[in-house]
Amino acid sequence: MTGGSCNAVQPRNVGPLARAFLGLLALLVVTGCSQNNLSFLDPHGPVAAAQRTHFWIVVALTLVVVLPVIVLTPVLVWKYRYGGESTYRPRWSFSKRLEYLIWGVPFLIVAILGYFLWQQTYSLDPYKPLPSDQKPLHVQVVGYDWKWLFIYPEQNIATVNELVFPAERPLELELTSDTVMQSFFVPALGSQIYAMHGMVTRLHLLADHPGTYRGENTQYNGERFHEQHFTAKAVTEAAFDDFIAGARRHGHALDRPTYQVLDGRNTVRELARALGEDGQTEALRFSATPDDLFSAIVAGTPGEALAPGPVSIAAQQTPLAFQRVTTGVDGPVAAAAALTPLHAADDAMVSLPPAGSPRHHQQGETP
Amino acid sequence: MTTPSRHPGLNLGRAHPEAHHACEGLVFGFWVFMMSDLIIFGLLFANYVTQLDALAGGPGPKDLFEMKSAFIETMLLLTSSFTYGMAAYCLKYRNGRGALLFWLVVTLALGLSFIGFELHDFRVTIDKGGAPSQSGFASAFFGLVPLHGLHVATACLWMIVLIVQMLVYGLDTGVKTGLVRLGLLWHFLDIVWIGIFSLVYLGGLA
Amino acid sequence: MTLTHFLDIALGRLDWNALPFWDAIQTPDTLHIVNAAIVTAAASLVVLGALAVVVLLTRHGKWKVLWSEWLTSVDHKRIGIMFIVIALVMLARAIIEAVFMRTQQAFGLDGGFLLAEHFGEFFTTHGTIMIFFMAMPFLTGVINYVMPLQIGARDLSFPVMNSVSLGLTAAGAAIVMVSLVLTPFSTGGWSGYPPFTESSFNPGAGVDYWIWAVTLSSIGSTMTGINFAVTIYKERAPGMHLFRMPLFCWTALCTSILMIFAMPPLTVATALLALDRYLDFHFFTQDLGGDMMNYVNMFWLFGHPEVYILILPAFGVFSEVFSTFSGKRLYGYTGLVIATMVIAVLSFTVWLHHFFTMGQSPNVNVVFGIATMLIGVPTGVKVYDWMLTMFRGRVRVTIPMVYALGFITLFVLGGLTGILLANPSIDYQVHNTLFLVAHFHNMLVPGLLFGMLAAYNMWFPKAFGFRLEERWGYRAAYAWIVGFILAFFPLYALGLLGMPRRTVSFVEPAYLPWTIIAGFGALVILFALFSLAMQLWLSLRQRHANRVPVGDPWDGRSLEWATPAPVPEYNFPVIPEVFSRDAFMREKDLGQAYQRPAEYRDITMPANSALGPILTATGFLMAFGLVWYLWWLVLLAGGVSIAALIARSFVRKTTRIISAAEVRETHEAWLRQVAETRAVKRDQERDTSNRGLPAAPVSGAVQ
Repeated sequence: MTGGSCNAVQPRNVGPLARAFLGLLALLVVTGCSQNNLSFLDPHGPVAAAQRTHFWIVVALTLVVVLPVIVLTPVLVWKYRYGGESTYRPRWSFSKRLEYLIWGVPFLIVAILGYFLWQQTYSLDPYKPLPSDQKPLHVQVVGYDWKWLFIYPEQNIATVNELVFPAERPLELELTSDTVMQSFFVPALGSQIYAMHGMVTRLHLLADHPGTYRGENTQYNGERFHEQHFTAKAVTEAAFDDFIAGARRHGHALDRPTYQVLDGRNTVRELARALGEDGQTEALRFSATPDDLFSAIVAGTPGEALAPGPVSIAAQQTPLAFQRVTTGVDGPVAAAAALTPLHAADDAMVSLPPAGSPRHHQQGETP
Repeated sequence: MTTPSRHPGLNLGRAHPEAHHACEGLVFGFWVFMMSDLIIFGLLFANYVTQLDALAGGPGPKDLFEMKSAFIETMLLLTSSFTYGMAAYCLKYRNGRGALLFWLVVTLALGLSFIGFELHDFRVTIDKGGAPSQSGFASAFFGLVPLHGLHVATACLWMIVLIVQMLVYGLDTGVKTGLVRLGLLWHFLDIVWIGIFSLVYLGGLA
Repeated sequence: MTLTHFLDIALGRLDWNALPFWDAIQTPDTLHIVNAAIVTAAASLVVLGALAVVVLLTRHGKWKVLWSEWLTSVDHKRIGIMFIVIALVMLARAIIEAVFMRTQQAFGLDGGFLLAEHFGEFFTTHGTIMIFFMAMPFLTGVINYVMPLQIGARDLSFPVMNSVSLGLTAAGAAIVMVSLVLTPFSTGGWSGYPPFTESSFNPGAGVDYWIWAVTLSSIGSTMTGINFAVTIYKERAPGMHLFRMPLFCWTALCTSILMIFAMPPLTVATALLALDRYLDFHFFTQDLGGDMMNYVNMFWLFGHPEVYILILPAFGVFSEVFSTFSGKRLYGYTGLVIATMVIAVLSFTVWLHHFFTMGQSPNVNVVFGIATMLIGVPTGVKVYDWMLTMFRGRVRVTIPMVYALGFITLFVLGGLTGILLANPSIDYQVHNTLFLVAHFHNMLVPGLLFGMLAAYNMWFPKAFGFRLEERWGYRAAYAWIVGFILAFFPLYALGLLGMPRRTVSFVEPAYLPWTIIAGFGALVILFALFSLAMQLWLSLRQRHANRVPVGDPWDGRSLEWATPAPVPEYNFPVIPEVFSRDAFMREKDLGQAYQRPAEYRDITMPANSALGPILTATGFLMAFGLVWYLWWLVLLAGGVSIAALIARSFVRKTTRIISAAEVRETHEAWLRQVAETRAVKRDQERDTSNRGLPAAPVSGAVQ
């Protein structure tokens, strides 16, 4: 447990009746406040904090209807047990006054909850920029089978499975997927959102203070789905500058052959091994990413944005065989041999969204 | 059970008491089935509309469809609805088996020529590069229109079966209730076609 | 044509890889061998189980009985029982799978013993089976058995179609079972989202198994819905106005209306996915303009009403249970009917809450969020109506009542978490986590499953003429409640800690205590399953002692209790006339129960038909052929199906007559038995002296 913030799971804004129950619930969950900052009940950003408050308000209000059921059911069973002496009215089956109560109270509560829902849904819309006097950091997120790529378009670097950003500065994310649908999620900071092929979704997050938070994909996407987690690191401005400089200096080149490994079905460790790094690596950094990489990925033509790369690696790949292959775990050679080639520069088009589709951008249209 | 049954569509009435009674549950059930079937068509229509722009660089409605043959198909189906109406009229007022048979055969012929024209159209569409593997739009077209064609083909098969049964058993209750339900299906498919003609052909070529 | 060419056509894409242990032969390490042992054991169980059934039937010479009295029977009661048999078999399999998953996660910190691929198959088959081949057949079976009796009908409107519905469900279930022997099954979850389930990502047979199993089931359920709705509208006994129907019939009606409108979207979704996979269409593909969101919308356009298809009949059962075992009229009948209808209508307006996180505008999320919370209102009303039914009653805590009380207290907690999930901004935190998994199990286990088990305990004596054994019955009920709490409440905590669903293993030590508790809970549920088996076994052994031939062991209120147990094929010698709600209770109250009809008449019943079993076989073979690319089999089975349907339309003798004399003999024998039987008070309800004749009520008061 870091930062001593776990006591923050104590509910506020709730009646004394609910406090005991909530306290118990919070006690159960508190064990989860481990070093990795897993839960919005231990929030580290304004979005997660608002979600926690909303969570407890809904719990407390709903308990108004729920608690009487749990308490009164055993009472009724005992009081009106067969063989007991309480009143027995076998034909009594209606009371107007009770009817008003049992329809009215739930309705009232839903009305109040509806107000909160309305307010919170607008104020926590993931597309809405977060209020701050600092300029947001713009990061583009691409989901692959089974890792995440973070592109820093303004800094021209990229990372895999490591989202580093300055604390107290809003994070403005654009997301897409170069494979099946995924869901990007950093619970301690805020909302999750889907990342889909050929579409762009958006998310705004903010960390209150430096720290390391668990990030993950929550949408099943195959065998190694459970390994697709990453770290979100909120750092000081100085540390962030160091990180950028480090990535520029020591990062791998993100050229076409490398991208093909990245786009294959493998984990970050396998990717690292294919790039000649230590197999225990949890994250990778790339230097000098092209400006239009993200929009090229959305358009399905990442190859056009990337440099061709050295012949040595390119020779190992099978050109334009469109099969997705799970890279083996046997090391760099096997991984590189089983590369998944680039998407063809085809004319994949994105159709207009049906009702209930994301507000995605058409291909190539950077916001 | 006690109240005299009436239902939307052709009521056989007093002239056919037994079949009229048997129709009550059957025809009601068939209406319910058509509601369910309409959901299927509705979803495919919706899917088609959302995929109108999903051409993937391939041909669109203007490149693929021909008003002339779509119009002929429409006329064939509309006429067949009229001829089926005549058949139903013959059934209800007992105008003799010959007349009933005549109108059924005419309807069947119209239905089969509709299918013939449609198959030809699909051929042309595919030849023009509009095969379903081409794009989301072509898939949506081939999900919707042939499904209607498949329904018409099934209805034709049903009609053949009923004609054979009529020749074998005469106009018994089974044949009568079958004809009443087939009539509902036939007109229903007509209405669905009008939707297809308006949305896919008129909408696409306008 | 060479031999290999012939084999290619004959076997399609079936090869050695389909064998469950082939993997381990290729990669013989410990992990693979352990997994191969597990899946091979499962496959052997399927094969041996099938063989055992064949041997037993042959040895006892029961093939003819099976064919003429069960498989070809169109009697709604027998079909109902067969539906429930399918449900119980599939329940056993799906629970065992769940135990494997929970055990894996209990050992899942950095490892475990299951391969990720098998874990994926487990959660997919578990979900698919529990929804389509446990819950659906169970509730269809109960409605099939009970509803026509409650409305005073002789059978459903379309008895042969009923047999076909059963057949298609059975064929789908068989497809899922066969996938254990000739692997693999899909790993795409019960919702089968593309593009993961498209051939570009999953070209194998697994997704095809899933598609055809679900498609068969959805077509069967659509027909079931039509059949139930028409029956309730057209076959009610004289005087049985809609507002005199038992509440269970109302929920059956709403469920069938939902089936009629909600199953087609599923059929469309899976059929279009099949077109994508088989014929290179682009409905939901990644490229060429396919749009996966169309699938997601269609799937949940089915999926959300489906939740209410599942829960409403259970609500109906609980309404009967609370009223019967409180010896009192159901409180707020009209309110309950309205609430049921409101739920049914609203259920079509909330599907989008399954993907709040898709990035649509907050306007859309607000509308669907509030619509979702609104469903909480009628549901809350129902819960209070049931409590008020107990209020001023005489509550007997029988086995169905234990399930009902477990349901009412646990279900409201699921309601609470449901309200939480209805809030988009909270859903952003718990969507796709184990919190969601805990929530829907919280609705479906205490809701649907407890309801069905209560129904099983309540109506079993009606169907078979003897009560179920009590001791193991109580054990099962309590084990279900305790097991449920232990297995699923930890998942709420895990979800709040951000653990995604469908995770085979994890690296966070904080998850471990919770997964261990949940694993223990799964074992308690396994014990509950064992208790159910023990209960059934002992009941069969004690069937003579627990006989209730008069047919009313619980002092029931609706018409099904006015018949002997087991019920004769024609249900009622004369169709009863109804004057009020709780029709049979009124008869008992007025001393008019067990009357001799003025006159016996011949009864026309639908004749047996082989169409059901034929379509079961062809449906299964077509699906199997499609999965493995055995095109000759698909054409053959398809041709036989069409031929069978046409042949059936030529059959003119579709009924058979039960003579007045036979009806008289049966009925008179029963009336003699009624006269000879000693009536019992409710304190002897669970005693062997209960022969199904309750002591007459005194001015409505149960004795």
